[in-house]
Amino acid sequence: MPVTGTGRTSRIIRWIDHRLPFVAMVEHELYEYPTPRNLNYWWNFGSLAGIILVIMIVSGIVLAMYYTPNATMAFDSVERIMRDVNYGWLIRYIHMNGASMFFMIVYIHLFRGLYYGSYKYPRELLWMLGVVILLLMMATAFMGYVLPWGQMSFWGATVITNLFSAIPVFGSKIVTLLWGGFTVGNPTLNRFFSLHYLLPFVIVAVVGLHLIALHTHGSNNPLGIDSKGPQDSIPFHPYYTVKDMFGLMVFLIFFSIFVFYLPNFLGDPQNYIPANPLQTPPDIVPEWYFLPFYAILRSMTFNVLGIPSKLIGVMLMFSSIIVLFFLPWLDTSRVRSAMFRPVYRWFFWLLVIDVLTLGYVGAHPPQGMIVVIGQCATAYYFFHFLIMFPLVGKLERPRPLPTSIGAAVLGPAAAGGGN
Amino acid sequence: MKRFAFAVVTAALVLGAVDIARAQEAETPKPPHQQWSFEGVFGTYDQAALQRGFQVYKEVCSACHPVKHLYFRDLTEIGYSEDQVKGIAAQYQVQDGPNDQGDMYQRPAKPSDPIPGPFANDQAARAAENGALPPDLSLIVKERDGGPDYVYAILNGFKDPPADFKMQPNMHYNEYFPGHQIAMPPPLTADGQVQYADGTKSTIPQMAHDVTTFLAWASEPNLDERHRMGAKVILFLVIAAGVFYAAKRRVWADLHGHGGGGHGQAATQAGEDD
Repeated sequence: MPVTGTGRTSRIIRWIDHRLPFVAMVEHELYEYPTPRNLNYWWNFGSLAGIILVIMIVSGIVLAMYYTPNATMAFDSVERIMRDVNYGWLIRYIHMNGASMFFMIVYIHLFRGLYYGSYKYPRELLWMLGVVILLLMMATAFMGYVLPWGQMSFWGATVITNLFSAIPVFGSKIVTLLWGGFTVGNPTLNRFFSLHYLLPFVIVAVVGLHLIALHTHGSNNPLGIDSKGPQDSIPFHPYYTVKDMFGLMVFLIFFSIFVFYLPNFLGDPQNYIPANPLQTPPDIVPEWYFLPFYAILRSMTFNVLGIPSKLIGVMLMFSSIIVLFFLPWLDTSRVRSAMFRPVYRWFFWLLVIDVLTLGYVGAHPPQGMIVVIGQCATAYYFFHFLIMFPLVGKLERPRPLPTSIGAAVLGPAAAGGGN
Repeated sequence: MKRFAFAVVTAALVLGAVDIARAQEAETPKPPHQQWSFEGVFGTYDQAALQRGFQVYKEVCSACHPVKHLYFRDLTEIGYSEDQVKGIAAQYQVQDGPNDQGDMYQRPAKPSDPIPGPFANDQAARAAENGALPPDLSLIVKERDGGPDYVYAILNGFKDPPADFKMQPNMHYNEYFPGHQIAMPPPLTADGQVQYADGTKSTIPQMAHDVTTFLAWASEPNLDERHRMGAKVILFLVIAAGVFYAAKRRVWADLHGHGGGGHGQAATQAGEDD
């Protein structure tokens, strides 16, 4: 068992704790926080997401010391960072690829939640706060991508901000507000920089709430059953701290391969061309992490009941994330983990394939079969959440659940330890 | 482990999709792959090629194309001594000022100056080039699909247009340029166009290869350092991962039913893969 209360003997810490129980709280959450003993490596991605958030904030603060948010100077200031700032290239490549890593981690984290039913009672708010974080991340990443003021920055900003013009009545007013003028220009860049600096700290705050919600009922686990006593759980430290450290090293190796050897692989080469409002690039493609949503946006090629296709596309795109807020109630199954849900398990992998397909469609010009595939994949996406979840939960016959985590993990050990 | 493998395959699929997408966007033939000294994990720029490439840039390309992000001082990184750089800079005149009288004046360039471009501004460039704007070359290798292969292919891709191909005035047929009509006339026209200081035979492919290497360096001057540092960082992380993995095994060993067998069926399914 781990050492508990190491610092408790110190008089200074006792003095502080008596007035502000900070150390006591950290000790409680780290040493005593009971964690299911059977978490697998998919549970590493939560702490990884927290760490990459810190990496992004620290590298971003340093970049902001050198970056100039001005339409005529932004591009050159980024090049100055790359060439003349000591290790500027390293910091910028960490920040640039860190965004991709952040989304990769969060998407895995999200799909882990989907597979093991981590959004169900009593973790609904925990899940919804996660969706809020995802939305904030998307806004932050989008505005950050605009800052280097390359061709894709400029035209990406133009396309995405123009989406809001589809909103009836207020659309054009909202777009003018976003732009700070009548076109994407210097005021747009300035406000995006300001917000890009602000939102990560909002994310930190919501992550704080996410953690409070998490620690209220503790982590879900691969079996999806509640802890029934001390034999089911282990202290977070040292068991999961050391496991998370190992996972972090593996992740950092993966991250380093991109930073040092493929720094521009995930980006669009065109963003090294300075923004030119007079020249539209042949294809305006968002970063990979937005491609599935981009595909949903473009899937509407026809008007429905007189509602213009653009407006429906925009609504579908936002709905594809909003629907996640309702997932705890859309899923009618009381069994959390897909391990015991033979039918849902198949649908889960279908959704994975569906989202990958949407990503593929989003990366291609919308022509021919691509359009049809995109429409089918979009239809499946909403079918999955709005119809499959309520229906399968009712119709499926789940496999029997183990009596406890301890019994499932240790049970046969007593009987036959020799296999 | 099976699940981990699956994750890797999935990631590869996603990245593959992005890659395929990029390849299909080009209607023009894919530039053939060339051998580059700076490729791969241990790739570094060939210093001799960089200097030859700079010579090609200086004597040919710089007639129309600027390298806005390069300073004379940067040339020390491609093997020129500080005195040599001073000498190169002094061949150029740059505007400075205002002086005590409030006048702008010309002076020889210093290593701390950016390398001046051929034109005062974009309008002057267009006026001199039949309305076309020769792009800045300091990021050209990074800003084009195909990178150095593309730049090399363009330099070697000039041909007579097919019989039924309608050319616009002042345009040139290039196999690898999107739309095949490029405003740039063939820049490298004859073997021996540049007399290399190091005695290398300056064939057109040689000059194209050298200048592309130089422009790759201009786009990404920190590549050598990046590759070196990456090897060290990853080596460190691999060792650290090993240490933490061993520590993890040690720490978890005292949990019953771990490592020494006795996994229940459900536990195995739960992904207890260590």
